[in-house]
Amino acid sequence: MITSTFWILLTGSLAAASCALVGSFLVLRKQSMMGDAISHAVLPGIAIAFLLTSSRNTFPMLLGAGAFGLITVYFTEFLHKRGRLLHDTSMGIVFTSLFAFGVILISLYAAQVDLDQECVLYGEIAYIPWDLWIWNGLNMGPRPVWILGLVLVLNLAFVGFFYKELKVYAFSPEYAASLGIPVGLVHYGLMGSVSFSTIASFESVGAILVVALLIVPPATAYLLTEKLKPMLILAMATGVLSAVSGYYLALFLNASIAGSIAVMTGVFFLGAYLFSPSDGVLTRRYRKTDALPEPDEFAVL
Amino acid sequence: MSNKIPPIEVHDLTVAYRKKPVLWDIDFDVPEGKLIAVVGPNGAGKSTLIKTIMGLIDPVSGKILVYGKPVDRERPRIAYVPQRESVDWDFPISVYELVLMGRYSHLKLFHRPGSNDRRIATEALEKVGMSAYANRQISQLSGGQQQRVFLARALAQQADIYLMDEPLAGVDAATEATIFELLRVLRDEGKTVLVVHHDLQTVSGNFDWVMLLNLRLVSFGPVEEVFTAENLQKAYGGRLNILTQVVELAREKSFVRESGHE
Repeated sequence: MITSTFWILLTGSLAAASCALVGSFLVLRKQSMMGDAISHAVLPGIAIAFLLTSSRNTFPMLLGAGAFGLITVYFTEFLHKRGRLLHDTSMGIVFTSLFAFGVILISLYAAQVDLDQECVLYGEIAYIPWDLWIWNGLNMGPRPVWILGLVLVLNLAFVGFFYKELKVYAFSPEYAASLGIPVGLVHYGLMGSVSFSTIASFESVGAILVVALLIVPPATAYLLTEKLKPMLILAMATGVLSAVSGYYLALFLNASIAGSIAVMTGVFFLGAYLFSPSDGVLTRRYRKTDALPEPDEFAVL
Repeated sequence: MSNKIPPIEVHDLTVAYRKKPVLWDIDFDVPEGKLIAVVGPNGAGKSTLIKTIMGLIDPVSGKILVYGKPVDRERPRIAYVPQRESVDWDFPISVYELVLMGRYSHLKLFHRPGSNDRRIATEALEKVGMSAYANRQISQLSGGQQQRVFLARALAQQADIYLMDEPLAGVDAATEATIFELLRVLRDEGKTVLVVHHDLQTVSGNFDWVMLLNLRLVSFGPVEEVFTAENLQKAYGGRLNILTQVVELAREKSFVRESGHE
């Protein structure tokens, strides 16, 4: 079963790298929970794509999910601006409603379509080696690997081409707008990339644990470096490491692979929190010259 | 430049926040090459005015022109210095990278800053005396240093108009002197500089013109004509007594300072 292990590891790594790359900008924009909202709110998009095509064809699903991802972002901002609600409140309203709508759709038509709530919520990475893409009679390997590979390339292209725009937008959208940078385009581009990454990672790790891949590796990298490019690279590396080590943890414990991957992202985060060369809690304690806590820690006390 | 078009024209501008007016029927032309203070009580709409000129807030009504054109067509010529608190100073970039952002308004989509942009950013850091901090992460800066770096970023843009939101808030006396000197240099180069300012005592002697704002435009003109107790009373209302004293003190001080120079 060496090949099936290889495919599982590759799938997990691709998903982790895609999510970490775009998730880094969510973390820096202080919109981490937007990842949570989008990953849930895309459910009706997937369900509708399923019902319309009555197949597990990925491209309609990507389109449906992308559309609902952007709808979530748009309605959240609409309620925030017009409904005089705080940003997180309006987000909470929009994504729970959309998610519930998706749950109803799936439960109503579950008999017709091969889609169950368990799979959507938790994913099943272990079946990926058998989800093959047969093209002109040729076995091209697992379909999710292709999809995730495509999404990773798209994300890398997006970040590569719009690097300076993303950087100044993440630092301050207002200042970016004052420079004439198309902030709306960058914002919706980023949210679109988050939607695509979420849906593509869905099958492997599920809607809930995809949030861990979006947020935890970038947060870990944020603690480890003070520069943007190293942060992006470290985030992707931590994500891949979590996917690989999570898989073996799952084998060892005979437990859920997706759950183990998410646990490993947390383990790496804890490691960075304790041992980061610049801000680590233990590093600081054992460094004599820097014994005083930061001023903001006083505020917590 | 014998350009007759004013750098900024504001006509019949009204801005509201949730149906409550923040700026009401504002109308003025900014003269070229002047160093201008924008003063008024808290909530007078000073920041809102600057943000609206920058096109960051949509007005309810009115028209704003930058060199006779909508601001979107003149972005590289108008630099904005936001309030220091408006950004996250833990963001993972260096001082130099932050200053380099000032060049972005001259760069097209997909274009990276080139050697010329890097040289300009380095010079801008020198001008504010922050070269030694170029490679530091921005979280390591003090309040005054943050203001200097923000200023360097605006200088790197090489604009003709500078709109600054409280660039002197929370700085020590030495930094204040440095910043005032930089503003004068900009003015002497023919740039137009609009500064939201909170310290009435430093208006006379440091600025050419002053704009008194409180929802409406109370007064706008040369400091010696417009910066009067009467106008300040109109702008600040009830807190007149203290303010009159402040003006008197400020005038005496600036008189002493000016005669000292001569």
